[in-house]
Amino acid sequence: MKRTFLQRCAAAPHLVWCALFIIAPLFFVAYYAFTDSSGAFSTENIQRFFTAEYLSILLNSVCLALIATVVCLIIAYPLAYIISRMGDKGQRMMMLLIMIPLWMNFLITTYSWMTILQDTGIINSILSFFGLGTLNMINTPGAIVVGMVFCYLPYMVLPIYSVMAGIDKSLLEASRDLGCGTLGQLTGVIMPMSVSGVVSGITMVFVPSISTFYISQKLGGGKIQLIGDSIESQFISYNNYHFGAALSLVLMILILISTAIMNYFTDEDEKGREKRDTQRRALK
Amino acid sequence: MKTASKIYLALVFIFLYAPIAVMILISFNSSDSTTQFAGFSLRWYREMLNDKNTLEALKNTLVLSFCAAVLSTLIGTAAAIGIDGMKRRWVKGAVMSVTNIPMMNPDIVTGISLMLLFVFAGSVTGVVSFGFATLLIAHVTFDLPYVMLSVLPKLKQMDKNLPEAATDLGCTPLQSFFKVELPLIAPGIITGFIMAFTLSFDDFVISNFTSGSSYETLTIHIYSMIKKSVKPDVYALSTVIFLVILVLLVFYNFSESSDERAARKKRDADKRRSKELRRLRGETKKSKS
Repeated sequence: MKRTFLQRCAAAPHLVWCALFIIAPLFFVAYYAFTDSSGAFSTENIQRFFTAEYLSILLNSVCLALIATVVCLIIAYPLAYIISRMGDKGQRMMMLLIMIPLWMNFLITTYSWMTILQDTGIINSILSFFGLGTLNMINTPGAIVVGMVFCYLPYMVLPIYSVMAGIDKSLLEASRDLGCGTLGQLTGVIMPMSVSGVVSGITMVFVPSISTFYISQKLGGGKIQLIGDSIESQFISYNNYHFGAALSLVLMILILISTAIMNYFTDEDEKGREKRDTQRRALK
Repeated sequence: MKTASKIYLALVFIFLYAPIAVMILISFNSSDSTTQFAGFSLRWYREMLNDKNTLEALKNTLVLSFCAAVLSTLIGTAAAIGIDGMKRRWVKGAVMSVTNIPMMNPDIVTGISLMLLFVFAGSVTGVVSFGFATLLIAHVTFDLPYVMLSVLPKLKQMDKNLPEAATDLGCTPLQSFFKVELPLIAPGIITGFIMAFTLSFDDFVISNFTSGSSYETLTIHIYSMIKKSVKPDVYALSTVIFLVILVLLVFYNFSESSDERAARKKRDADKRRSKELRRLRGETKKSKS
């Protein structure tokens, strides 16, 4: 009896921490979003968001993040499939190779992409060496997508791979016995069974893509503003915390809704959620 | 099919490693340019070692990551144990959902929400200033869910009869915790600690909003270096970090696979033993009938 009480008390510091540094800060986001600089209630900041300028920024961010997510999925799915069919040792090695770039700080890899994509950069040097002229790649939406795909591709590969690697081998054998070819096996067994991996991959790529500000600053050259850029500049350059908070609130709600929609499609039970959390953990 | 998939793998890995290859190559560049390779030199490594700001930032980051990892491991482990002892499911679920908020939210939102808290606390009390303390709080906050997620499964796996047996044998609750439970969940705690440390070491977005100007971490230092000038010095620094991480990762992976081998051996032995038991039981049944 005494022991379980003692045990539950162990969670107390954590609960206090959560209240102070997770819940209270979110409350302050809402508080700042709905007040003006004098501290009076106002919906001005939220209204300002619903003007053409910021709606187009939001639209840009959603589009680029969606494109990056789709590209990640297109690259990651066959990749995960190929890796999951390898031997044990090969799988380990390949997954390690996919994780290593994730350990490189994204500030630096994004900067490296600048070097590669610049007008005088590596790709253009190679192209002009062969007399093919040059391409304008940097400061375009495409460059931002390349940066996002590079940074978040492993987040797509890992959940899909772990679901595929977890598929019971006897199911594959059974489908083969029942006359499935490789294609039939892929569409009939592997694809339906890997939906949960795809769904967690999509959330894990979409959320950081839509909120990025550094990638768009460097590879978009400041020409293309995303919602992350606007939030960052409100806080760092303009010191307009109230409008910055309003933007973050909108972003947060947008993400909440999209995650809810994604979860609705998989009707995850607690076990599935646990699995996803473990995957997330394994990524780092 | 085989060759097609090999080509596909090769293309993906070229994409994933191109920026890293560029980084390593340019870090040995003898000129100022980050686009034209002029010749091999160790100039930027020498400059890096003489740059007081970089070394200071490295020291700051190590201190901060270590403190954040220790603190979040302590709070997180205690919390995991407490949550494991909770009976009501919805309470458990609610606590875990709140804990996971920093993991689900975009980093920028976590960063600015903490910044707003500190700004507000500063305007009310006048004593809060951005620096080590605010960074530490922010880092512990986003480290906590990862620590708990690595400790909780170990607690679930643990045989609940063991601590009970210890108390039956005369241990006080605290003794049974330190002598029985702690050694059993230690691998989870260590994983959580390492994860918290690396997450803190690598974080930029949240630190960017909670650091102020007095305390510079490595990622913030790199950010300001990139903002100011375009020189290969950043690449030299990151090449060193990359190599350190690579060595640690490979080492960790090897030790993990040897752990797995040991676990498989044990599993096989268990299987054999249970088979043997079943066989014996079958024999006794037969002899009875």
